[in-house]
Amino acid sequence: MFETHIQAHPFDLASEAARLSALGPAVGAVVTFMGQVREEPLFLDHYPAMARRQIEALVTEARSRWPILGAIVIHRFGALAVGEPIVLVATAAAHRADAFDSAAFLMDFLKTRAPFWKRGAAGWVEARASDDEAVSRWQE
Amino acid sequence: MIRLLYFAWVRERIGFGEEELPLEAPVALEALIDRLAARSPGHAAALADRARLRAAINADIASGSAIVSPGDEVALFPPVTGG
Repeated sequence: MFETHIQAHPFDLASEAARLSALGPAVGAVVTFMGQVREEPLFLDHYPAMARRQIEALVTEARSRWPILGAIVIHRFGALAVGEPIVLVATAAAHRADAFDSAAFLMDFLKTRAPFWKRGAAGWVEARASDDEAVSRWQE
Repeated sequence: MIRLLYFAWVRERIGFGEEELPLEAPVALEALIDRLAARSPGHAAALADRARLRAAINADIASGSAIVSPGDEVALFPPVTGG
């Protein structure tokens, strides 16, 4: 199960994790990362066709690097209140290292490749250099 | 003809999110952006800071030297801030 969802509506972390958990007896590890809105409400602009294409390419790349058995990536767009989930990256593998590393890889690259833009009360959020640095650790 | 898409503050400065432009022959992305910047004061403001501008051709990330061909979809936007 390898799924990418670009959606306005919320998602439920537990039910997404349960779907990966139920993939079969080979699954020994499920790692989930959820990002949520902090401090102030956000509006997320996005480029739908490119978002799907970029995230699907990242999932393909993750599958070539780690023997993962499943991955679910969900990214929301539109108006989001404080505390609402924005993004989910969840991976399933036989062992924890593959699940952890593939989830971190997907999240790091999603931050720099997936075409989403956050706007808060003070305007459009600036990109952070630390996000580029996070990506560089996967390039050896 | 090519289709142009603008996002975030690029769209706000230009004033709309989408337009079409006649294009007869392939052109480098940088040269296309120069041509767009001359279309209106909004375009000029949106496209002035090239260091903070990113682009995609047909939904793939593209550099300034990339070639835009008739029929392509070109998107211009700030560095992404999702996740």
